Amino acid sequence: MAEFALPANSKPKGGQTHPVTGSGKNVKTFKVYRWNPDDEANPSIDTYQVDMDDCGPMVLDALIKIKNETDSTLTFRRSCREGVCGSCAMNIDGTNTLACTKYISDVDDEVKVYPLPHMPVVKDLVPDLTHVYAQYTSIEPWLKSASTAPERERLQSPEEREKLDGLWECILCFCCSTSCPSYWWNGDRYLGPAILLQAYRWIADSRDEDTGSRLDNLEDPFRLYRCHTIMNCTRTCPKSLNPAKAIAEIKKLMVERRG
Amino acid sequence: MSLRSPIGRVRGLGSAKEGVSHWWSQRMTAVALVPLTLWFVAAVTSHVGADHAEMVAWVGSPVTAGLFILLIAATFYHAYLGLQVVIEDYFHSEAAKVVILVLIKGACFVLALIGVLSVLTLLFEG
Repeated sequence: MAEFALPANSKPKGGQTHPVTGSGKNVKTFKVYRWNPDDEANPSIDTYQVDMDDCGPMVLDALIKIKNETDSTLTFRRSCREGVCGSCAMNIDGTNTLACTKYISDVDDEVKVYPLPHMPVVKDLVPDLTHVYAQYTSIEPWLKSASTAPERERLQSPEEREKLDGLWECILCFCCSTSCPSYWWNGDRYLGPAILLQAYRWIADSRDEDTGSRLDNLEDPFRLYRCHTIMNCTRTCPKSLNPAKAIAEIKKLMVERRG
Repeated sequence: MSLRSPIGRVRGLGSAKEGVSHWWSQRMTAVALVPLTLWFVAAVTSHVGADHAEMVAWVGSPVTAGLFILLIAATFYHAYLGLQVVIEDYFHSEAAKVVILVLIKGACFVLALIGVLSVLTLLFEG
């Protein structure tokens, strides 16, 4: 059966509390998932009180402030701090999103911060993305062409280019894939919304000449058809893209090419 | 423990090159079930209070019997396709998966057969 509960050694237990430093008038409480691979302990939920009068507006600002001023052991990925790199994807207030574009003020109560769901954890808020990156490699995300390379760029009409809108913007943060119950239960074989949206990005590209074999590779009860239009992917996407629609388009092409 | 590379694991046994006919059949039976179910509910409620002989005569007419057989076939085929997906989603042991799928397929087939034979009995002997 699919595992519906956490294994005993993955259940969060206890946690430390770090009280506020500074004026302490405008305080926000952050509950952050901690797990250290170097000891044998279970994960814990640490509590950090942050002085909001001396902190930026985004959840990532608070995490950086905590790491700089309170607890340097707190581990998370971040890079661009403006929603284009996808590094700081995590589960905030129960929803997968980017810490750098999530306003702290959008969370009414204490801010709960967990790593992306159902992924192996490397440390604290850092998930292991090895498998999902291998899945990305498996769809061969590059332009494939049999014709001789032109002297200049490969041309595309404005209408053909428009078909890539809503696809090229994906930053591969994997908020969608890790929000998908089908990906939780069958992520070993199901490619998940992020990878299927990327697959469709190449299928929809008029310059690509390998559409048929791309569809062949996806035509599988698990790789593609584990999508049951649950729509968590579209609801959670921090870039407001629609992976569920991209998957539906692939399914339509599968039917179309039969007859 | 496996030392197989991540991409080797993802490529696995390759694509099964199927799934599209399952997906299409599930949708087609769903579409067929909309008018068939509406007809079934309307027809049965319009016969409330009818006695046994009237019901036998009604079901035994070729049009009613034909619609009943279509309804039974679409219902059990759709049910099997849906249950198959649930089992594939949640059962990760290959042996358990195969046994349960065979049992469900058998149950749907037997129930559909009994239903169709009942209608045919009323059609030819009613």
